[in-house]
Amino acid sequence: MAVDLDLIRQMGQHMATTVPQAAALGFRFVSVDRARGVLEVPWREDLVGDPDTGVIAGGVVTSLLDHVCGLAVSAAADTVPFGTATLDLRIDYMRAAAPRAGVTAEAHCYKVTRSVAFVRAQAWDADASDLIATAQGAFVINRA
Amino acid sequence: MSDEAARQLEDFLQRVPYVRFLGMHAELSGDEMTAVLPFAPHLVGNTMIPALHGGVIGAFLEATALAQLSVTQGSAKVHKTIDVTIEYLRPGRAMTTYARAALRKVGRRIANVHVEAWQEARDTPIAFLRGHFLLSSN
Repeated sequence: MAVDLDLIRQMGQHMATTVPQAAALGFRFVSVDRARGVLEVPWREDLVGDPDTGVIAGGVVTSLLDHVCGLAVSAAADTVPFGTATLDLRIDYMRAAAPRAGVTAEAHCYKVTRSVAFVRAQAWDADASDLIATAQGAFVINRA
Repeated sequence: MSDEAARQLEDFLQRVPYVRFLGMHAELSGDEMTAVLPFAPHLVGNTMIPALHGGVIGAFLEATALAQLSVTQGSAKVHKTIDVTIEYLRPGRAMTTYARAALRKVGRRIANVHVEAWQEARDTPIAFLRGHFLLSSN
């Protein structure tokens, strides 16, 4: 039996807004589905990584990708919700985001074992078919 | 070297808005730099432990690599991250985090950088980062 989708949705909204770092960066909840999640971060002056161009910092994208991967892992819980911690995260930056552009990220948790969850994620600024970054991560699962 | 390096480093730390958002600073001894991230409530990812957000640790490690490159390469422009792999060994507790970067190879266009982060003791690191960076020339 899988965890109820409404519960996953509530948890996703909670994760996107109440985690202090997510709130500080201004993350917005977009959607969740079974083993999937989407979050976005709007552009802000104090999140810029290159003052010459006004492009959002790679570190913000790192936090967004880590967070959306965690969301997808939580949304993949089979019976009872479980805690997660990042084991490793690999991020490829294909191109810089456009100046003054926010970023959207989508993650898919494609495999969950007893102890580990495997996730892929991607991020874009304007067009989901024109990516700025991809990520691949492994997360430890702490079952109650 | 060290006056120029200190100026490059200060320039990087002051000019990048996101570095100020993190609250990160750095200490320079000769050409050896230690990045410092004081604990702040907005960096928390897990309020139960409480622990630093994994993304914050990754971002701090990446910023440390970029800061070290700004010291060594002497370019006012921010270098571009190509890829990073972050390995998490221990939770980041609610205390100051330190990081040091090693430039493993600096080529004409690309640098390979390893960074480690620790809190209470350097021999119990909390995370590592390995990454490639595209060097910007002035």
